[in-house]
Parts: sequence; C-alpha cells; structure tokens
Amino acid sequence: MPFIPHTEEDTREMLAVIGVDSIADLFDEIPAQLLIDDLKKVPEALTEMQVARLMRERAAIDGAPMCFIGAGAYEHHIPTAVWDIATRGEFYSAYTPYQAEASQGTLQTIYEYQTMITQLTALDVSNASLYDGASALAEAALMAVRINRRVTTRRILLAPGVNPVYQQVAEAIGSAQGLIFERLPQNIASGNVDFDELVDDLCPVAVVIQQPSFPGTLEDVDRLTAWANAQGALVIAIVNPTSLALLKAPGHWGDAGVDIACGEGQPLGVPLSSGGPYFGFMTCKQEHVRQMPGRIVGRTTDLDGKAGFALTLQAREQHIRRSKATSNICTNQGLMVTAATIYMSLLGFAGLARVARASHANTTKLVLGLCGIDGVERLYDGAYFHEVALQLDRPVAPVLSALADRGILAGFDLTPATGSNALLVCATETKTDADIAACVAAFGEVMAAGSVKSA
Amino acid sequence: MSKLIFDKSRSGRRAFAQAPYDSMAVAIPDALLRTDKPRLPEASELQTVRHYTRLSQLNFSIDTQFYPLGSCTMKYNPRACNALALLPGFAGRHPLGPVSHGQGFLSCMYELQEMLKDVTGMQGVSLTPMAGAQGELAGVAMIKAYHDARNDHERNEIICPDAAHGTNPATATMCGCIVKEVPTGADGDIDFEALKATVGPKTAGIMLTNPSTLGVFERRIKEVAAVVHEAGGLLYYDGANLNAILGKVRPGDMGFDVIHMNLHKTFSTPHGGGGPGSGAVGVSERLLPFMPIPVVGKTETSEGLAYDWLTEKDLPQSIGRLSAFMGNAGVLLRAYIYMRMVGRAGMERIAEYATLNANYLAARLSDAGFELAFPSRRASHEFIVTLKSEARSVSLTAMDVAKALLDKNYHAPTTYFPMLVPECLLIEPTETESKETLDGFVAAMIEIATAAKEDGVSYKEAPYTMPVRRLDDVKAARQLDLVYKPEQE
Repeated sequence: MPFIPHTEEDTREMLAVIGVDSIADLFDEIPAQLLIDDLKKVPEALTEMQVARLMRERAAIDGAPMCFIGAGAYEHHIPTAVWDIATRGEFYSAYTPYQAEASQGTLQTIYEYQTMITQLTALDVSNASLYDGASALAEAALMAVRINRRVTTRRILLAPGVNPVYQQVAEAIGSAQGLIFERLPQNIASGNVDFDELVDDLCPVAVVIQQPSFPGTLEDVDRLTAWANAQGALVIAIVNPTSLALLKAPGHWGDAGVDIACGEGQPLGVPLSSGGPYFGFMTCKQEHVRQMPGRIVGRTTDLDGKAGFALTLQAREQHIRRSKATSNICTNQGLMVTAATIYMSLLGFAGLARVARASHANTTKLVLGLCGIDGVERLYDGAYFHEVALQLDRPVAPVLSALADRGILAGFDLTPATGSNALLVCATETKTDADIAACVAAFGEVMAAGSVKSA
Repeated sequence: MSKLIFDKSRSGRRAFAQAPYDSMAVAIPDALLRTDKPRLPEASELQTVRHYTRLSQLNFSIDTQFYPLGSCTMKYNPRACNALALLPGFAGRHPLGPVSHGQGFLSCMYELQEMLKDVTGMQGVSLTPMAGAQGELAGVAMIKAYHDARNDHERNEIICPDAAHGTNPATATMCGCIVKEVPTGADGDIDFEALKATVGPKTAGIMLTNPSTLGVFERRIKEVAAVVHEAGGLLYYDGANLNAILGKVRPGDMGFDVIHMNLHKTFSTPHGGGGPGSGAVGVSERLLPFMPIPVVGKTETSEGLAYDWLTEKDLPQSIGRLSAFMGNAGVLLRAYIYMRMVGRAGMERIAEYATLNANYLAARLSDAGFELAFPSRRASHEFIVTLKSEARSVSLTAMDVAKALLDKNYHAPTTYFPMLVPECLLIEPTETESKETLDGFVAAMIEIATAAKEDGVSYKEAPYTMPVRRLDDVKAARQLDLVYKPEQE
C-alpha cells in the first residue's frame, strides 16, 4: 500500500505523453545486470488495521513501568495541547523554511523559541536547535576552537560531572579535527571539581561545566567559571532547561557569564520515546554568533516594510560555504522545537518553576525514603536539583533487575561510570507520594530479601 | 507578521491547568539559585492554542500544497505512522530502561535494520545517525577508520562531484579530509577521465549520489566503483535519492561500501519544518566492525527471540557514539511502520511511480516550451528545468518563477541547486501526487511563463498573496534581530 493515487488509465495516459510503452522502459538507462528481481527480507504489506494491531502488541510488550530513571532524559507531564498542535499537518509536513514567504509559521515559531531559550539561559542569541544534547556539546567544542584562536592546544577540559556519553559523542565527532577532551580532578566527597587539585598551565581552549552534573550534584559554577576565564579558556555550560527555573542561568555564572550554553531540550515537552527525536539547544554571547553552527532565524522587513522572518547568516552554512562551512549540519529538530515553544508558552516561567520545585521536592522525598533502607546511602554530599546518586552495599544490577520485575525502574546503574555500587535516581513532578512510597517499599523488600551483598 | 506570543502576554496570567502542585521547600544554597525572572510568555491555554494554530496556517506543507522540492522527497506522511509511534508504550519508554522492558521496541528496530539491509544490498545497518549529514559524518569516519586499521594513514582525500550536496564537502572537512572536486560531463554523468586522473594513493573515498543531484542515473557506476576500488579508495553512497531506485537497484550491488539513508525522505517520516531527520547508515562486509553504536542484535534462546543492544564490547573498533542514546528512535519507529505498510511489492512501486511522475512532468513541461537541463536523458525521480533563456529574453529567473508559484498555491521547486546549472529548478513530484495535481502545476508554470513572455508581466516583486512579501535578506543579516526585546515594540 504505497499511497499511490494512479488509476490504470492515469498510468496509460502518462506513459503515452512520455512516449514509452511501460514503466519498465523508464529504467532503461540503468545497466540491466544491476536490476534486481525481488526483495527478500521485507515482509508482505500490512493494512493500516493490521499494522495498528501489530504496533499495539509491541508497545504492550514494553509495558508501562513506573520510571525513576533520569540520566539525561526526563519524564515530565506534557500538556495535551503541545503535540495536538505540533502534529498539525502544517507544522508536521512542512520543510526547512527556505521559501520564507510560505513558511512564516515555522519561522516565527523558531524566532519565539530563540527568544525563550535565550531568556532561560540568560545569553544573547540562539540557533534553531541541533540534533540532541550530546551532539550539541560536540558542536559547541568545535565552535569554541574557532572562536578562541589565541589558544592553540585544542584541549577541552571537562568538569568531572559532564555526562560520560556526551564526552564519547564529542570525541567521535570532534577528534578528527584534533580535539582532545580531558577531565578535571574530582573531589571524592562532593563529586564536584576538586579546586585544590586544579592545574593552571594546561592552556585549555575551553572548559565544560555541566549543571546539575550527570550524577546530580551542583557545582560551584561561579568559582569554576572564574578559574576557566583566568586560564584564557572559553566556558561552555551544559544545563538542564527545567533546572533553569530554579538555578542560576549560565549567562550569570562568574563575572561575565559563560560563552556558550548547550544541552538536551527534551525536558521541554518532548516524550521520552526511547531516546529521540529530541533536540539540542545552543545559545551564546552575541559576539560569537557568526561561529555558531546550524540554522538561525532573524526578523527583517518585506517589500512593504512589514515585519517578517527569514533564515539568516546562511553564509556560515554548508549549502553556501560547502567545505568551509561552520558545520555540515543542514537540519534542525524543527518539530521538537515547535513542541518546546508551545510547552514553554503554556507553562510560562511560573509553571516551569512549579515543575522544577515539584521535581526537586519529590526527589527529596524519594531519597529520604531510600536512604532509610539498610544498605542505602548517598554517594555524594551536598545539594542537588532533581537527581541523586545513591550507594548500595551490594551490586546494583540484581537489585534493579528485581525491581524491574515488579514494574519499577528504580534508577540508572552508575557502576560502570563510577566503579562503585551506585545508582542514579530521579523523581519528577509526575510522581505522586503513593508512587514514591511504592518505590521505597519495593526497594526495601528487595534489599531485605538479601540479593547478593558485596564483601 | 502575526503578533508574537510575547505581545499576548499579561503579567500573572497562566495556563493553570498545566501547573503541578507547588512546593516552596528548596534545599539549594542561595549562591546557586536564580534571582532574575526570565521573560517567558504568560498566556492562557486558549491564547497559546490559538496563537500556534494560526501560525501553523501561515505555512505551506505537504498536507496543504503540492511541494515539489527537488532532492527533498516531499511525499505524503501517512498519519498512522505518527499515531502508532506515539502509542504510550513507545512514547513513554525511557531510553535507558532495561531491555526486559524494551523487547517490543527493539524488535521493531531489529526488523527495520533487516529491511533496510534488504532494500540497499548492504551487510550491516546502524540506525543511530540523527540526520543525513550525521550519516555522512559516520560514513566518512568509517572510511577513515578502515584505512587507519590497515595502517594506511596517508589516505585523506575525499572526492566529490561538483554537483554534490553541500553537506558532502562539509562532512569531509569535518572528518579532517581534503576535498577533491570532479566535474560533471555534458551528459550529466561524472567526467570519467577526470575521475581517473583524480584517484591515487591518497584517495580515501568518493561520495556519490545515484541518481545524481542532476536527476539522472550514473550509467558507468560499475566502472566508477572499479576505478576507485583499484586505487584503494572506498565508495560512499549519499542516499538522498534512494526513492528513485527503491526495489529496483541496490547501492550494495553498484559497488558502494557505505551509504546513508534519509528516512525522512524515502521512508516518509515527517520533515517537521526542518527536522527531525534520520540518517541510518548501511555498510558492506569490510566496514561492519566500524559501525556507530548502538546497534540492535538478536539472539535465539530457549524461550524465544531476545533483542539486545550491541555496544563497545561487541564492536570494539566502532567509530563510537553519535547521540546520547540511539538517535531519533521515534523517527525510526515511523519509518518501520511505513515500510510494513508499503511491503515488499510496494517498494518497487514507489520507485516506479516516482519515476513515472517525474518523467511525465518533465515531458509536459518540455512540450510547453521549458528547457530541460538534460533533454537526452531519462529523468529519475526528479529533473531540472533551466530558465537561462527566459532569464536572458524576458528577465524571468528561477527565483521569479519560485515566488510566482507561491501565489498560485504551489510550493516552489528547489532553486539554484545544483549550482552548475544556471537558473535551475530541481523538480521532484514524488509518487504520492496524482496526475491532476501534476497537470495543475504544469498549467501554473505555463501561465507564469506566458504572462512574462507575452504580457510583459514581471514577478520581481512576487509573491503578493502570502502573509509577507519578499523579505530583505541583506537587512536580516546586517541588522541581526534574533530575539524579541520588549523595547523593540
């Protein structure tokens, strides 16, 4: 059922106009030995009714477990209006707004998005979004190298709390251009950077600070920003947009704010959906705008002097600059940005602050409950936003597995990342007191049932 | 322009239904807290719904207009693909949830990998690249990794035809390679002698689109493959035009070593106003170890099939991770659903009717006096009209026609790409458009040209009926206005 409208008569008439006898004749320039007979692994077509049944069955297999995992993707309530409107055909099935006059809806939405995300991060300008948070860090690092030409090392220093997967992605994308990523020393008690151990003569091109950190801690961002500036480095912030309703915005870190902020936009109205599509956001100081990758929308005027919107600064981009472009990116996550813009409009700052405070309060309840269980304690001391690392007295995987069997995804296993029996838990505003109590009770039972304790 | 959402904002107004209970207890040191109040809109739910509904109505889209944007494959996006990908079990699944709670999702991904291998003739598929350009990056990185693994470190040249998408040379640069451009011959095929003169011991690979961006099939593809392979280079297939050959010819059979597929083109996932895309990559046998991770694997156990992630442990030579999780998973689900509905026999019909529509449209426009860029060639799923004579005789440029078409309720074709054809319109109707729509488009093109030629009508100031007239791009770039500031009003 390939959605083809042609009747047999249409096809006959069209072939006659072209002047060939059959559709097969239209492929006569392809060397005959290359033509294939039949596909082997694509199954026969299903009707919409059949495929709907199949997909409902598959979705049901995955169930609807109660989820306390965060680790870079967060379950928040998404107002119904967000996706009702974002999936209107006029947004859903439009393309890149190259024909500005016929794309003012998408363009104005992006302009409003750019305004909202610069407000949240307290920086001057934004692009129209990148693929996701991890690849946004890679692009930010490459951008920093283009900006900070006085430094020739291509060394990017990462605070200990930077998501390890973000580092892997930045290395996969940036290493071909000589970028080197190294970690700053970690204070074992706080999980944050160890200021006593910082070394001053590394000549980093940029320092990356993630707030809240991957294991949930809160870094002294002012002090670390000041240190980075003293090294002649640019500062790149990775931030959670929800947290910015509570936490100091990157534009206000240190004396003059960070140079570039980026992060995962998913918490702003995008479903978890197994990891994508999400969107990466990126904002920066005005002076860096010409080194920014990706699409940017600007307001201008039309022939009648009326205000309107268009893609701008396209001279940076691959379709004009080809091999000299700032990046090969030629897409943004337009649909996700549309959703995020509607989400931020519906919540406003007051609503987003409620989401942030409720998530913070729920996580506190969860952590208090879990730490009341014998064999569970916090891995790091200090403040947190809505995610906390916990240490167990035994291997984590069997505990999480036993809880998953009870329909509770109790957290993300930090054992590979930390080398200790640790997990990361998160309770957003979506959790009720009963949910939290159920998680704590089940966790306690599994621990008491005595899955393997480590020596 | 419409009023901005910020203009509708009133201090203290909220969409209260969306706010959860409030908690004042925040145990975070003051020094880390925010003290300013960012200016997000303060609007009611109805105001927000009405505002963005109205904005949507300012767009052209596939659902509302014929959108023959060459190289972009703007075909119908079946509604079922979206609705089913957003079933709660899929939409709510956390990416780091255990595989025990992901067998439904993973089985779809595994089967998608298998189907994509089948339609491309490749030996392995990784779904993680999040757009065509990221697929390209993965592809070139794999080519580099392959040469490096053989201690063949001198190969740093990537060959691109002059008609290539801009992403090809930009990607090669990002991967630390030097771009060598090869010209196109007069018949639209690559200049074979120039290619032979370009390959050598430094050749890492060549990036090709076939059918090319000129809308013709590269007839000597097997010879091109032989020349590049003999020089020690690998072949990269840019899948932008895969729709033209689906179920007919496979890149793997043509000799390509690595490909990316634009699932948002060929497999009809939404373009979404500029994204998300999805740029799954396929590889030949020799590049299997280098695929980006994660990949979905399948094992047969005593209790049945089990699906799992293949990661660094399974693919230690992988070029690594390109996204925080596994790429645009929800887009991949939509592509899976689409492919299941199209089915085995349907794949070939897509290529057939996309090609039929393009050749019909080309024939009708040619009959009406428009000049085809490659009249001696069979069009693939798209073709190029050049307005160089109209631009000379009556000052009717590709830009003018593009803008005039908007007034006739047709989205413009791709303009001024490929750059080597002057005043060009790259036109791709796709298989989902009816003959009546194509006839209507031809009539509009004839009206525009006739008015210019016979009545001296100028379209320099078109469009007239859109929400805005032609915009001042120079001003947009010189007087940057990228965010709303209240003092502007």
